[in-house]
Amino acid sequence: MHEWALAESVIKAAAEHAAEQKMKRVSEVAVVFGELQAIDKEIFPFAMKELAKKHPLMSAAKFRIIDEPAAFRCRACSEEFDLKRFRKESDEAEFIHFVPEMAHSFIKCPSCKSPDFEITAGRGVYIKHIKGSK
Amino acid sequence: MTRLDPRPSVIADRLKKVKKITAVTGWKGGIGKSVTASALALLLNEKGHKTGLLDLDLTGASCHFILGSGKAFPREDMGLIPPFVHGVKFMSISFFSKGQGVPLRGANVTDAIIEMLAVTLWGELDHLVIDMPPGIGDAALDALKFFPKARILAVTTPSPVARDVLRRSLAVYKAMKVPVAGLVENMGPKGVAYDPRLDAALGDPEKLLKTAFARRLEKVTRKFIGG
Repeated sequence: MHEWALAESVIKAAAEHAAEQKMKRVSEVAVVFGELQAIDKEIFPFAMKELAKKHPLMSAAKFRIIDEPAAFRCRACSEEFDLKRFRKESDEAEFIHFVPEMAHSFIKCPSCKSPDFEITAGRGVYIKHIKGSK
Repeated sequence: MTRLDPRPSVIADRLKKVKKITAVTGWKGGIGKSVTASALALLLNEKGHKTGLLDLDLTGASCHFILGSGKAFPREDMGLIPPFVHGVKFMSISFFSKGQGVPLRGANVTDAIIEMLAVTLWGELDHLVIDMPPGIGDAALDALKFFPKARILAVTTPSPVARDVLRRSLAVYKAMKVPVAGLVENMGPKGVAYDPRLDAALGDPEKLLKTAFARRLEKVTRKFIGG
């Protein structure tokens, strides 16, 4: 599953950040899952835990998952909208899962039908905070 | 801390087994970058090099059409493994667009490029050829940032307009300390001459390799690609 590649990036980025901050061990990493990318909520946490075992700084870390709903704002007419109004074909959902920007190919503003919208929240995976001891 | 994007942290790892990276560039549209990049990848593979081709022209992707990649699709295994198309490992946004347009602003282009680079597992390659977007906007600048080993193969045409743009591009690459390893003049008598049969070979790599275009490209890039 391609979630492993993103999970690996979370572990590496968190370990690098902790080292820069001179942390001796990381106790918690808060990871945001954007609704648009539809990350698998079983595989990703499992992958992070497995990959963290290989990093001395990260091996005791807990992972807190925060779901972030997707939100969009049309650049043409300023309409604000969410994902609930859209029923995507299963292959379109998969393509957005791989590259969330593909939303611009498959989703249109419900008001003016423009594909020129901003993803204001809930795009994909990012780290919200890293806690640890120095 | 503010939000931290983890994806860039693994991009260098994804490329660590790639020996040479060639960015096929040209700041004007329609001068043959994509067909040059695609044919160059096929020629390198023909010579026995393990070769990859990355189409970074996200809003105008066309290498999939030139190669005739058909139903090829990346395989999921701890990331995305690019499929082989006529022996070349190939990655493109076209796999995910269902043949539709990809209208992206600059920040979206950057995000999509980072996503693709973070999850694509190239493995061992002798050469990775990148089909760059025209110009020196977000996508091109991102590529030069994320591929610090890249060397430029600049494409131009005999047109004075294209040559003027080429001159400016070479000055920018010099200032950015990006090595320019070669220059291909498409559709001109001194470089790769116009080949009226090229269009009929698009979509069929075997036919493409037999065109006068590909054989001439092989000659003008012989020193560049080796063998």
